[in-house]
Amino acid sequence: MNKQGNTYTLIYTSVMVIVVAFILAFAAIGLKPAQEKNIAIDKMSQILSSVNIVSTPENAQELYGKYIDDSYVIAPNGQLTQGESFHLDLAAQLKQPEAQRSLPIFIYTDEKESHKYIIPLSGSGLWGPIWGYISVDDDGNTVYGAYFAHQGETPGLGAEIDKPPFQKQFQGKHFFINGKFTPITVEKAGQKPQNGADYVDAVSGGTITSKGVQTMLQTCVKPYAKFLESLNSNQI
Amino acid sequence: MLSKKNKEILLGPLSKNNPVIVQILGICSALAVTAKLEPALVMAVSVTAVVAFANVIISLLRNTIPNSIRIIVQLVVVAALVIIVDQILKAYMYQVSKQLSVFVGLIITNCILMGRLEAFALSHKPWESFLDGIGNGVGYGIILVIVAFFRELLGSGTLFGYQVIPQQMYDWGYQNNGLMILPPMALITVACIIWVHRSRNKDLQQ
Repeated sequence: MNKQGNTYTLIYTSVMVIVVAFILAFAAIGLKPAQEKNIAIDKMSQILSSVNIVSTPENAQELYGKYIDDSYVIAPNGQLTQGESFHLDLAAQLKQPEAQRSLPIFIYTDEKESHKYIIPLSGSGLWGPIWGYISVDDDGNTVYGAYFAHQGETPGLGAEIDKPPFQKQFQGKHFFINGKFTPITVEKAGQKPQNGADYVDAVSGGTITSKGVQTMLQTCVKPYAKFLESLNSNQI
Repeated sequence: MLSKKNKEILLGPLSKNNPVIVQILGICSALAVTAKLEPALVMAVSVTAVVAFANVIISLLRNTIPNSIRIIVQLVVVAALVIIVDQILKAYMYQVSKQLSVFVGLIITNCILMGRLEAFALSHKPWESFLDGIGNGVGYGIILVIVAFFRELLGSGTLFGYQVIPQQMYDWGYQNNGLMILPPMALITVACIIWVHRSRNKDLQQ
């Protein structure tokens, strides 16, 4: 057969495309269970990081089962209700009208039976999505710990948001100033927010990523404000 | 197995015929992944694996590929291999794949791959093509690791994420050079390597 002819070329491409498609489909389907398991374990480990528990891929599942309760969601009225949080997608819920939302929340119970409430965050950085978890004490105000991650921020610059030095700054910051919801801001070193909100230092050279973290704290925690406030008033 | 000619194929790309500093290929990824050592190393290993296997596959197919669509065939082979590497990393080395994130996909755009397939694999037997792929992958990797070593050391004061510049230095007023982390310094570091390399290999000078 003429190898330079059109018929040969057409048959060659068709066969090649079908063969490659089959190989890739088999690879994707065959590896999917292992990948999904990794993703779930990784999510558990991220949630644990936000309450300052260091886990490895081996023990994340066990620690998660021991400390974290994900069987509650927050109803539109700001009350805790039964529901499944782990597979609930925050970004999708935020797109819905306020009255139909059910927001995921994770409750961490430590050895002393005190509770921390973990709020998932999702937003965008410079190159792609960023996300995280922030845990709040049972006074509904003080931050207990924070965890941030990113898909492809610049290494050494924006990517520093997933490092402890940046995340540790959030501990002890407050979401309510004088009883009013004022989200924590991320400021250039040496500057202060004008509304008197609590703030942390941004990553130098990672301005857009840092702004992304700030926006994420505003948009994702705000829907929880009612719930946090109710925790607040329980205390008094 | 390793005749004199094959040795030349394998070892040539490490220095005299290095894809990055002599042929000036694959510069873009040398800028992108060299701010830290660890991603640079995994990138080097991934590129070596992909270029070696793509070379073998193209070499096996070389007598059947219609000339008019050979670039497309090469691209399909490379893209399929990269996707498989990405999927395997996600399934079995999740932490590493998280660190590399988008860079694995960018292997497809690495000019070294297409360059080797076009220049070597289309006209050589599978075993030689395999050696050529390994040689070029390692040659690329060496430069990546050298660049990443200097950028991470001077830019962040760490190596593989471990602090190597003692805290005392910082107390005395030493500062990390933030410019090292930015892409321009990768280009300048590569240029310095080329300078040293050319001054030691007079025959490469023009």
